[in-house]
Amino acid sequence: MQNLELKDFSSVTPEQISLPATAGPIDRGLAEVTEHSSPLPSHVRKKGIISTNLLKWIAKRTLSSILGLFVISMLVFVATQALPSDPARVILGPEASEEATQILRHQLGLDQSLVTQYLHWIKPALVGDFGISIDSKMPVVNLIAGKVKNTLILLGLTLLVLIPAAFTIGIYLALHKDALLDRLAISFLIFVKAVPSFAIAYGLVMLLSTLVFNIFPAVSLIQANQSVWSQLQFMVLPMLTLVLSSLPYLVRLIRGSLIEVLQSDFIISAHLRGLSRTQIIWKYAIPNAVIPAIQAIALISSVLLGGALVVEVVFAYPGIGSALNAAVDIRDIPVIQAVVVFLASGVMVINLLADVVTVLLTPKLRTA
Amino acid sequence: MLNQLHVQPQASLALEVKNLDVSLNDGTAIVSDISFTVLAGQILALVGESGSGKTTIATALLAHTRHGARIVHGEVNVAGLNVLRLDQEALRQVRGKQVSYVPQNPSTALNPLITIRSHLADVLRSHEPGLDVAQQQASIVNALKEVELPHEDAFLHRYPHQLSGGQQQRVLLALSFITRPSVIVLDEPTTALDVTTQAKVLLTVKKLCQHYGVAAVYVSHDLAVVKKIADHVIVLYGGRIAEKASATALFSRPLHPYSQGLINAIPDIHLHTIPVPIIGNAPSLQSRGAGCVFEPRCKRAKLECKTSMPALEPLSAREDHAVACINLPAHAPQLKIIRSTGPASSRVLVLGSQQPLLEVKHLSASFDGKQVLKDISFHLKKGECLALVGESGSGKTTISRAIAGLNAQALGSLYFNGQALALAARGRSAAFSHQIQYIFQNPYQSLNPRQTVRQTLLNTVRHYFPSKLKDSHEVVAAALKRVALDPRIADSFPKELSGGELQRVSIARALVCEPSLLICDEITSALDVSVQAAILELIKSLQRNGLAIIFVTHNLGIVRSISDRVLVLKHGRIVESGEVDTLLDQPRQPYTKELINDSPSIVDI
Repeated sequence: MQNLELKDFSSVTPEQISLPATAGPIDRGLAEVTEHSSPLPSHVRKKGIISTNLLKWIAKRTLSSILGLFVISMLVFVATQALPSDPARVILGPEASEEATQILRHQLGLDQSLVTQYLHWIKPALVGDFGISIDSKMPVVNLIAGKVKNTLILLGLTLLVLIPAAFTIGIYLALHKDALLDRLAISFLIFVKAVPSFAIAYGLVMLLSTLVFNIFPAVSLIQANQSVWSQLQFMVLPMLTLVLSSLPYLVRLIRGSLIEVLQSDFIISAHLRGLSRTQIIWKYAIPNAVIPAIQAIALISSVLLGGALVVEVVFAYPGIGSALNAAVDIRDIPVIQAVVVFLASGVMVINLLADVVTVLLTPKLRTA
Repeated sequence: MLNQLHVQPQASLALEVKNLDVSLNDGTAIVSDISFTVLAGQILALVGESGSGKTTIATALLAHTRHGARIVHGEVNVAGLNVLRLDQEALRQVRGKQVSYVPQNPSTALNPLITIRSHLADVLRSHEPGLDVAQQQASIVNALKEVELPHEDAFLHRYPHQLSGGQQQRVLLALSFITRPSVIVLDEPTTALDVTTQAKVLLTVKKLCQHYGVAAVYVSHDLAVVKKIADHVIVLYGGRIAEKASATALFSRPLHPYSQGLINAIPDIHLHTIPVPIIGNAPSLQSRGAGCVFEPRCKRAKLECKTSMPALEPLSAREDHAVACINLPAHAPQLKIIRSTGPASSRVLVLGSQQPLLEVKHLSASFDGKQVLKDISFHLKKGECLALVGESGSGKTTISRAIAGLNAQALGSLYFNGQALALAARGRSAAFSHQIQYIFQNPYQSLNPRQTVRQTLLNTVRHYFPSKLKDSHEVVAAALKRVALDPRIADSFPKELSGGELQRVSIARALVCEPSLLICDEITSALDVSVQAAILELIKSLQRNGLAIIFVTHNLGIVRSISDRVLVLKHGRIVESGEVDTLLDQPRQPYTKELINDSPSIVDI
């Protein structure tokens, strides 16, 4: 469990990600439908952005995500129940008598079959009730709601800075391929990618909150009872750390895909038709280079969702990563279950969104 | 629309190219000393094989070179402007307006994210910014009408992937003609298209050029297509002009040994001769010597040819026919195109009573719920060559894959030497499967790039005949010798070999399996004409030694020169079948007649 969440995201190389060009299974399925449907008579298709087939596909895709979520919930449940510890013993402590433990086990339903236990757990979970935390005796939902919110806000802010920055830099470098600045920037990005994110975090702390400038707080002392928006200064360093650690991968991907597009036949043809450079870059090249980046952004988001633990530890940022870590430490099974189900749903939603956006931006898939 | 305009009575000079040189950045010449002119309304063809520099010249006419190359010097004059001397903005205004370009591969030459209308509107916005919306719409509709495409809104709002290859190529033509340019450069615009579609697109090009007085430069490797469309022809070899002549003169009296070789290498639907290959391969950029580039492959070469570069000399002051050869015979003989009427002597006689090697009964196949093969039955005898002919989507590759056991969806029965043969390759015993071998279309992709020729061949031998491995050297040498390759290439990797050599290695790989049936799936379509002839010769000799061949092709010229019997396929059905000469000379079905009519030929009928 812990290993899963500790996955540092700078270790993800571009090769590990399937882009629409090399096609994930979903896109490929859809592409086949397009290729083999008989050539359409010209009057059939109007300008409609979304065809019925597409709506059907989205519905099917959503349904399969939900089914996938159920499967994950079962796996999570079985895996957590199989953890080598007895919740009843955790609750009562080592001093408790065997009898008392047995009674509590019975009260908690731990002596029932796994199926019954799962049903007892999943039914309230469907309406958002994940039970009571073993450790704090609070409803799990109340316990993690704030952390989930913090994580989502941090993720949102990171993407808000990361995406425009990566596109600006990536496009600029692609258009100035092999220039001095491009070569320097690529070397620098490789360097940043090689630096572990905790080192980036400490570097930023030294630069921006202690040794050089003293602008931002080094620790994210977020007040739970105040709006996050009034405490944005605490978000800056964690956000910058995440942006810096994700930037190299995304910039290089955008740069690479734009360079590839710029060398393609339809760009050369457009040049030879006398279209202006501006028009070619903005209307012909960049839109085609954006599509592969969508899946990359989805991947980054999925990793950031659960994998910001290092940053949370360095800045004492109260997010979901450290909550999960703490829960695993003390075998607080209801919390672990809720957090993992949340992360899994998050990843599902992100991938679903990315696929839908990819399809909407690709006429070949959209008109299927 | 077209008829309102008439051809200009006195054709004026539309394009003049003088001493054009294009080199790699390191100075290695790609094309040298290219000069020609084209009159308004005329079509000049640039003909050559890969490496001849034809595409380099084509794009240089728009002052464009591929990455890593540059135009060293020369003039390209269009409407009084030297295109090569313009600054960026002036060049942009000339491109697409004065000189337009039709690229080779229609499926990759359009932006997949924008509609057909958007493509056309972008050109208008770039070159005629003054047009209002209504004028723009009128211009777009007119452009589509001219290239014989639908022009309703529904069509305009389609995306490139929603069009067929022929339609995409017509859109590219519309994009080039919409601005009424003085010169249009067409870079192998029909190579990716079916024969019938190609014939129709060529007709449109010719009509438009004549009606609007556009000078066209037509780049092609296909002399038969060129004969159909061009007024003048330039034959390129190794980056230089070998011969320049009117189309009539070139096809009736080709003088350069390369032009003659090229014409003799074309398999032609109306010729009963076996195409004659040109020995050797086109030289790489680096290996061009000081003498004539063609010298290493030339049968007439003298010592002098090695040392001095022949100049392009006109035959006489009156004639528009120039040749770059120092060794022209004083009286160049007219090229004899042998057009026999009887069956060619090369046909293999197959005894009628012999048991068929392969029988196919009621074969059908579906893909994604759509039936692509419907009730196909035929048979094949030992030593016979059967051609499967049809346009893309006709099912010819599906049939051959099913026979090879590569189609999981196929239904029906196969008999090999009278015994039932499983439809899936994995259900066949080794005794069967080594007998049926498949050779793929693209030799650049069908060999493992990380294995040497020797490893490729021995891996195959190991699979079927492990006992032979103790004489592995002899096995490899014998296999290479059988396909006329030097055994010394055994330790080369695929990337070190030319396309023709690679295809020979693929054939050698099939032969070491000791097959009795070879399935050849368009095996020459990725190769140059002169190399293609050599591969056809090889296949023919294998057939004489008793191999049965199934040859899949869309080229009826190849069918005439190599096959004994033909199946014509359309939409997964056999339309017509029969002995090759009968079928090609007296076709009965309208579809077969159409295919034959649309096949380009170098012979006047």
